[in-house]
Amino acid sequence: MNSNQFDLAIIGAGPAGMSAASTAAKQGLKVLLLDEQPRPGGQIYRNIGSPALKDRQILGPDYYYGEKLLTAFSGAGVTYLHGATVWEVTTDNILYVSVKGESRRFEFNKLLIATGAQERPSPFPGWTLPGVMTCGAAQILLKTSGLTPPGPIVIAGSGPLLLLISCQLIRAGIKIDAILDTTPGKNYRSALPEFLGALKGWRFVLKGMRMLSEIRKAGIQQLSGVTGLSADQDESGNLSAVTYYDNKGHQQTLSCSSLLVHQGVIPNSQLTRSLGLAHVWDEVQKCWKPELNKWGQSSHPDILVAGDSAGIGGALAAELQGKLAVFEIVRQRDAGSATSGNNEIEQEKAIQELQQQLVIRPFLDRLYSPAEEFMSPPDETIVCRCEEVTAGEIRSLANDGCRGPNQTKAFCRAGMGPCQGRQCGTTVSSLLASELKASPAQVGYYNIRAPIKPLTLGELATIGNADSNC
Amino acid sequence: MAAGIRTSRNGSDVAVVGGGLVGLAVALGIQEKGQQVTIYDEGDIAFRASRGNFGLVWVQGKGDSYPAYANLSRLSARLWGDMAASLEESTGIDLQLSQKGGLFVCLSESELSQRANMLDQMAANHSEGYPFEVLDHQQLKEMVPEIGPEVAGATWGPEDGHVNPLYLMRALLKRFTSLGGKLINSAAINSVQPINGQFHLHSADGRYVSDKVVLAAGLGNKKLASMVGIEAPIFPNRGQVLIAERVKHFLDYPTGHVRQTAEGTIQCGDSKEDVGFDSGTTTDVIADIARRAVTMFPLLKDVRLIRSWGALRIMTPDGHPIYQQSEEFPGAFLVTCHSGVTLAAAHAGPIADWIAEGNPDPVLNLEKFHANRFQV
Amino acid sequence: MPTDSRFNRLPVSEKGLVSICIEGQTITALEGESVAAAVLQAGVRPSRTTPVTDSGRAPFCMMGVCFDCLMEIDGKPNTQACMTEVRDGMVVNIQRGARQVLGDDL
Repeated sequence: MNSNQFDLAIIGAGPAGMSAASTAAKQGLKVLLLDEQPRPGGQIYRNIGSPALKDRQILGPDYYYGEKLLTAFSGAGVTYLHGATVWEVTTDNILYVSVKGESRRFEFNKLLIATGAQERPSPFPGWTLPGVMTCGAAQILLKTSGLTPPGPIVIAGSGPLLLLISCQLIRAGIKIDAILDTTPGKNYRSALPEFLGALKGWRFVLKGMRMLSEIRKAGIQQLSGVTGLSADQDESGNLSAVTYYDNKGHQQTLSCSSLLVHQGVIPNSQLTRSLGLAHVWDEVQKCWKPELNKWGQSSHPDILVAGDSAGIGGALAAELQGKLAVFEIVRQRDAGSATSGNNEIEQEKAIQELQQQLVIRPFLDRLYSPAEEFMSPPDETIVCRCEEVTAGEIRSLANDGCRGPNQTKAFCRAGMGPCQGRQCGTTVSSLLASELKASPAQVGYYNIRAPIKPLTLGELATIGNADSNC
Repeated sequence: MAAGIRTSRNGSDVAVVGGGLVGLAVALGIQEKGQQVTIYDEGDIAFRASRGNFGLVWVQGKGDSYPAYANLSRLSARLWGDMAASLEESTGIDLQLSQKGGLFVCLSESELSQRANMLDQMAANHSEGYPFEVLDHQQLKEMVPEIGPEVAGATWGPEDGHVNPLYLMRALLKRFTSLGGKLINSAAINSVQPINGQFHLHSADGRYVSDKVVLAAGLGNKKLASMVGIEAPIFPNRGQVLIAERVKHFLDYPTGHVRQTAEGTIQCGDSKEDVGFDSGTTTDVIADIARRAVTMFPLLKDVRLIRSWGALRIMTPDGHPIYQQSEEFPGAFLVTCHSGVTLAAAHAGPIADWIAEGNPDPVLNLEKFHANRFQV
Repeated sequence: MPTDSRFNRLPVSEKGLVSICIEGQTITALEGESVAAAVLQAGVRPSRTTPVTDSGRAPFCMMGVCFDCLMEIDGKPNTQACMTEVRDGMVVNIQRGARQVLGDDL
């Protein structure tokens, strides 16, 4: 096996990727781990090797737990490339990755996609204004730089991360002017039947209650049932205020310099899509995810998916899924040989732990299902941030006969910009679905093709030219 | 045929199978004559040459050994301005048509001289004249200063141009429906049955009846044409195209391989491969396209590629279109070509007239586009 | 009316410092942090204007997904500021509209 060939290539060095890498190395696999960020950790354990904040209380133990994973992975003897942007994977087991402006080609026997999640694109009028940022972005700034947004700060949206970033800012002594909770009231009712099940995951429930009480104690204005969210701009085009309807239907405006928004997270499916893997629409999580068996095996025999890119389950679930995917790869390798079945006990234990991790999901997913206004926003709302296409344009194309996102893309450029549809894909599918009275599953998604991240023509031009390199 | 002769609730005067550029242009032209047209199209995911083409309204070199095709391309290029103006006026959609001439850039001297010979030959075959110029490196550089040092030169065709093919499609559809044209795009038409002088179209969703049927289903035409007694030897030929990010305007003219769109994005193409029904992209081919683009325009080196796609051209053995009415089942027409953009104005004009009214304009030389030319 | 758009630094652990120049303003950044973080700390808002309508944008996702943090970094246009680490002496400018194509090699 030459230096460009690996038993297992893993894309993404978050919890799934790190745990898979160290497990696989222990099983004797030659492992390549590729990650786009400069340091391992993924988004959840971003910068875990050199956390910026002096005060460990701010991010709390759940973040620093990542140090354990990092230590295990660092000593495992894995080939790890950071700052490595995978821009193409082919179905015949070849991948191309751009490192420092040069493309390299690797071959793999098995591929584990562990590209994690992205925050759900949740368009509302004014969401493109400078000053509006996702809660995840604010958290990354805490982890990597110890930076906090300028006040007045308003946090708006729905989901566990909304509560978490609020608590973290409170612990850092930062004043939050208001938390606008957009969780629809009906979600409480639809989540209720799942609550008993959720109690089996009592640790999570307790964690959630602790966060809520931390926010209450800080005396922060917290409004539930907020609708009609929009961001307003000043004369220089930056965020100046947020306007919304309170739960009594009265319109309110709050002046602010920072608006942190969040509507949950969705699998990062660009790579799994580009490979043509089968995907399903998850009606509860309101997102697409690859179709997998319980080990994370996709519709391609050599490609597995683990962690949030396989469907949202959180960091601890991701860690276990990474492990399980490797056990499956090893099982396939050893099938029929004397060593087969060696991992069965550990595997069984991981499956049980995973079930325990996921027990809270039905409750969380129902409770934090995004409000309709973020799936199908008002006409004037920009849905494609890159090409500045509005929801109204998508709706009018649906009425002109477009039946899917690839047709609307052709007609109005939504999805053609540098983000390659990452910020509009789910919205456009949802909008079309609601206009055409169909489900997003029927409407479909953008055709995603290489390069799955932009790369220069000059770099692409070197492919196949210099054999030493590519 | 008078409008309003409905044969059934699901019927129309003319059924057009295929809602790509070819089908839309023909359908619009017929609808404009007052006949009731219905377009039958597949849904969102289909092999779509119309979404995957390069956007050239191109004349130079087309039909180099087939004067009828050369003439048709030139005729269409001349009709293009009027069509664009009328579509823009009626739909408000700017097609971004620019017909200021186009360049075919040649990397080597031998490529350049071969091309010059070919165009010379064409000029000899066209008594009314065939305008082009051969530019050496220096002459080309004066016209396009960004050209790379390794480029040998280019041929210049004053009748060439480019357009936004996606907006063309959108405008054709909008105009068509605003005139009362119907679009049924839930499922592909699987069969056409000639029954008592009419045509019954079947899809997974239902059965439709019409007096005439126009097959404009691209690669789907092969199967459908045989059902109305026409042998159509057509096959796919994949082209891959790269789209790079928006950059400030620098390129005034389209070239055969690189063009800057009105939005500022850079398109690089094109490749010809026989790959069957696979519209994906392949790394080595897109790398070749990038290499050629960067050789032609070195300043594109650090411009970022955003998208790539492969699309399937609809080819015939000689590369020229087929326009034919079935002799066995009059009223069934086959329209197939790989230059749906360039020929759009011809399709919406004289070709649509022929289908709607019979008596093709002799200038079209339609007998030259009969599929029986392949049965030699 | 909010006026200050600068992100604030909490007490951080020992890290190297680098100097970078953002829109002519020299600021001190932490070694290893992203250009986008430095730009937010400098309070440069917007950090780009769009090629479509010239409207202002600023870093939005901080994880390489949204491409709203595109800036001109060391002369390279349309570079993702959130995916680029600061380096001593770096020159960062707002990306104004569509990028230029560069005539000369970088």
